[in-house]
Amino acid sequence: MEVPILKQGHYLIASIQSALTDADLSQLREALITRVGKYRARGVIVDVTALDVMDSFAVRTLRDIAHMARLRGSETVIVGIQPEVAFAMVQLGLSLKGISTALDLEEGLAFLDAKARERV
Amino acid sequence: MSDELRLAIASDVDIVHAREKGRELAAAHGFTLGDQTVIATAISEVARNILLYARRGEVRIRPATDTGRDGLVVIAEDHGPGIRDIAQALQDGFSTSGGLGLGLPGARRLMDDFDLKSAPGQGTTVTMAKWKRSHG
Repeated sequence: MEVPILKQGHYLIASIQSALTDADLSQLREALITRVGKYRARGVIVDVTALDVMDSFAVRTLRDIAHMARLRGSETVIVGIQPEVAFAMVQLGLSLKGISTALDLEEGLAFLDAKARERV
Repeated sequence: MSDELRLAIASDVDIVHAREKGRELAAAHGFTLGDQTVIATAISEVARNILLYARRGEVRIRPATDTGRDGLVVIAEDHGPGIRDIAQALQDGFSTSGGLGLGLPGARRLMDDFDLKSAPGQGTTVTMAKWKRSHG
């Protein structure tokens, strides 16, 4: 299931719609990294609201996306981690250390706007 | 035992399928949304281990009762290469596959009971259980 990636201003928004296989997650990573360059995106938002499980592979892929995007000059925010998912992630021992998160899409956009103002 | 689910694991789609079925069964047996998520996440980790190390195997999920507690038992079994050093495999951050090394130790933390049996050349069986809490 391919994740739709929308361009909004200087940002890319990947809005996950349903459970993703490992292959889907890897495909999302490649698509985002390519598009950061193609659209000269300054920020990436990955909306994981629809994910009811974030296991070690999903977290590793999100971390990779954030690190790769940063190397390409783009800031990533993960938004919409559900409370039960956060609980399970912590028990599993997974963290998103060094990666920005926000409650929802609106907060994520506000975060990127604030970052952009810092840069000016 | 008619309630037992047997799920073949041979591709990444099967991992998603197994954890979704596990969540459904947990929901049907009255587990909280939090525990459903915990069980589904643990299933995802052990199913991925099957795929990574043995290429194929099976996840079985069934309701169980133990000294008056209701719960769910998950068994992940493969006939792959097996694990040489079980203590090492249960250490955080140890991985021979380039992963995060959190699969088995993480699943152990998520579930209430966790048992790992493995012999080199014969395969690996993980048996884990989550029990319903009487309050909450």
